[in-house]
Amino acid sequence: MTTAAIATYLDTENIALPYCPGCGHKSIVKQLDKALVKLQLDPKKVVIVTDIGCIGLADRNFMTNTFHGLHGRSITYACGVKLARPELTVIAVKGDGACGIGGTHLLNVARRNIGITLLIANNFNYGMTGGQHSVTTPDDGVTPTTPWGNFEQPMDLCATSSAAGAAWVHRATSFDRDLPDVLADAISQEGFAMVDIWELCSAYYRPRNDFRRADMMAMLTENQFKPGRITDKPRKEYSARYFETYQADRNVREDRSKISLQFEHRLDRQMGIIIAGSAGQKIKSIATLLGHAAIASGLHATQKDDYPITVMSGHSLAEVILSPHVIEYTGIDEPAIVVVISMDGVKQAGACIRALPETSTIYAEESLELPDTNAQVRRFAFIEAAKHVGKLSLATVAIGTVLQDTGPFPLAAFTAAIQKNQKPAIAEVNLKAILAGAALVNPNAAIGL
Amino acid sequence: MSYEFIEGNEAVARAAMKAGCNFFAGYPITPASSIFQSMLDLIPSTGGMAIQAEDEIAAIGFCIGAAMAGRKVMTATSGPGISLYSENLGLATIGETPMVIINVQRQGPATGSATKGAEGDIQFTRWGTSGGLPVIALSPASVAEAYELTYHAFNLAERFRVPVTLLSNKEVGLTRERVDLDAIKLPPRRERIKVAEDEAFVPHGFQSSADVPVMADIGGEHIVRYTTSTHDQVAKLTTNPEIIGDMLAHYNNKIINHVDEITRVKEDFETGAQTLFISYGVTSRSVAAAVETVRRKGRKISSLVIQTLWPVPEKVILEAMQGIKKVIVPEMNLGQYLLEIQRLVPANVELVGINKMNTTLISPRQIIEEGGLL
Ligand SMILES: Cc1ncc(C[n+]2csc(CCOP(=O)(O)OP(=O)(O)O)c2C)c(N)n1
Ligand code: SF4
Ligand SMILES: [Mg+2]
Repeated sequence: MTTAAIATYLDTENIALPYCPGCGHKSIVKQLDKALVKLQLDPKKVVIVTDIGCIGLADRNFMTNTFHGLHGRSITYACGVKLARPELTVIAVKGDGACGIGGTHLLNVARRNIGITLLIANNFNYGMTGGQHSVTTPDDGVTPTTPWGNFEQPMDLCATSSAAGAAWVHRATSFDRDLPDVLADAISQEGFAMVDIWELCSAYYRPRNDFRRADMMAMLTENQFKPGRITDKPRKEYSARYFETYQADRNVREDRSKISLQFEHRLDRQMGIIIAGSAGQKIKSIATLLGHAAIASGLHATQKDDYPITVMSGHSLAEVILSPHVIEYTGIDEPAIVVVISMDGVKQAGACIRALPETSTIYAEESLELPDTNAQVRRFAFIEAAKHVGKLSLATVAIGTVLQDTGPFPLAAFTAAIQKNQKPAIAEVNLKAILAGAALVNPNAAIGL
Repeated sequence: MSYEFIEGNEAVARAAMKAGCNFFAGYPITPASSIFQSMLDLIPSTGGMAIQAEDEIAAIGFCIGAAMAGRKVMTATSGPGISLYSENLGLATIGETPMVIINVQRQGPATGSATKGAEGDIQFTRWGTSGGLPVIALSPASVAEAYELTYHAFNLAERFRVPVTLLSNKEVGLTRERVDLDAIKLPPRRERIKVAEDEAFVPHGFQSSADVPVMADIGGEHIVRYTTSTHDQVAKLTTNPEIIGDMLAHYNNKIINHVDEITRVKEDFETGAQTLFISYGVTSRSVAAAVETVRRKGRKISSLVIQTLWPVPEKVILEAMQGIKKVIVPEMNLGQYLLEIQRLVPANVELVGINKMNTTLISPRQIIEEGGLL
């Protein structure tokens, strides 16, 4: 059974085409219809996405799916639809005005090569708002916002799009007899295709500037804007590449993050620990392991990190709370333990150190100068010990010391967390570091592990 | 029992997957970026897509397009990005687009403090786009709640065909906590309600004003029309004031008439208490600690924690204030939800706002002191 050919995709009976007499938009809408008729696409599989502006009214007459979006943003919705359903034919139609406000989308859709078709109804001004100048208004063009003539360089949309990486770009005019073929060609491209269609706004730009078809053509040569096919360099469409790239990665990662209860803790109250040092000292990851070990021992835990936005310089500070009870407030007003392993850490935790009560303990690298404090200060040769273990082991050494000294949970819980979560080479260093740290308070710490 | 030690942001992504999210678009911003990172880990293996857009306007634009083509979508950002979402939030409202927006709040205004927490976007969320229509917004206090409420956000978005915002906070999003996600009870996942293939499709069809119109995917068996401009039920532009009024009433009523269904609160009431805390988000945890301290001293006190900040659960709040002489509202801002309580509080009730917006949490101690509970 053959279905009757579709004679038109336009409904102009129920809704009249809304444009001023002589407006180029009317012609563009009709030629787009002809292109669709030529292609005989299923209207349910076609989406026409428009922008704001007079051209933004274009979708109303089409009997396809239609999406009338915000000023300058039609490309974004068209991309969303296309990415969601790559099998659809998605045509975005926007004005030259939209190319200004939505310029970044113009560049990025070209660069990404998302397979939509972009038609620009380029009438050199903002028709809908009264003929103000746009990014394509010709040199000297008079508009309400360029009363003495435009001195902003008109933008070559085709060259711009091509430079941004568009696979298929064509410049046409609404007067071109072959426009339906050009549009059909554009629509048939797998990747991104754009047609910049020059035309006249009969209400504003044309009468104000006595700007006719011949002037439009002259402008091409004056500005050295090329007509016709500008770019034709097909390459693989974005969605196809996306799924190709990520489907190789379809095997869901093994879930190493689950923690089961294996140890017993020895805490009867909440314990706040602050680890203060420098960027690159692995403070964040050691704090996370501390949390893992605590949870494996039946404790609750929270962790927050503080570091400058330039992550590889300055301080790095982690706040960890361990508790036998649910932790409500995640701030640490009075840490039980402050570990300081670098001058950055001392600086960042300075105010906190000064305010500590006698009940708190500071575990400090012995070479650091600390501010005055009521807390107990215990100094250790962390740096020296870490030197014998290996790079990036300083924070782990210090945590080894703290765990051995305060024993909220067995050292074995921490070594288990290291083994479970870290790559073997790193784990090996950290296991040594934990023991080296523990040995600073108890030379026999390794026994029993 | 099997625990994890994860951040709120990861919990959001995990909940999104559980809720059936299959499209994510975002733009990098601290403290929300790790949501995108987690989505990129999780989504491709299910055939979905996570994409980085050129800016937040494109990110939400991609999401709206994808949602109308049948995807369950989410985007995540912080204050500066929400500012750029603004116009499209209006589009999603007038177009009745289900979507989930995560705002991991940071200290503003403007760029503010990228790595520091705040809850300064409470009223911004309510009035974040032109037109003043009601919105749905949920506020998690913990990593577990980030999981739970993100899942609910997806269900609510489908139920009411609206953008739903999760008002997270750096203090939740980037704090690691012990959680057992499998132990969190969740209702069945709500799938999109679509028109049957052989039935006529009316893009914004409703009988009674508060009805939620069924949908059809762009690209399916029905022609779909969608528009940012004022339109009637078939998405045809209109200037008829009566139709326009009806449509606006519909957008309003489909939310306001269902406040009870949307409302989620946590009540910790004590009979005879004359002081009531009303709080939300991470600050509600300091309140919980303060409540415990006050009760240990033998004094009665009640607490109402609001998870669905918008629409305001007025009935629940009014009920909670019965017999109460003093209401305390602590917030990590200069008193935003306080405005909502202020308009509901009976004349004889003392209302105290405890406000701090200096990037640090409000501590239980501050709540007890400023709440006059020593
Ligand atoms: C964000 C925003 N700013 C401004 C406007 C007002 N506006 C409506 S149409 C338009 C210009 C449209 O010009 P163009 O894209 O060239 O379309 P034309 O009317 O010429 O067809 C503007 C600025 C708007 N709708 N939205
Ligand atoms: S104002 Fe210009 S662009 Fe708009 S319909 Fe009239 S002629 Fe066309
Ligand atoms: Mg124009």
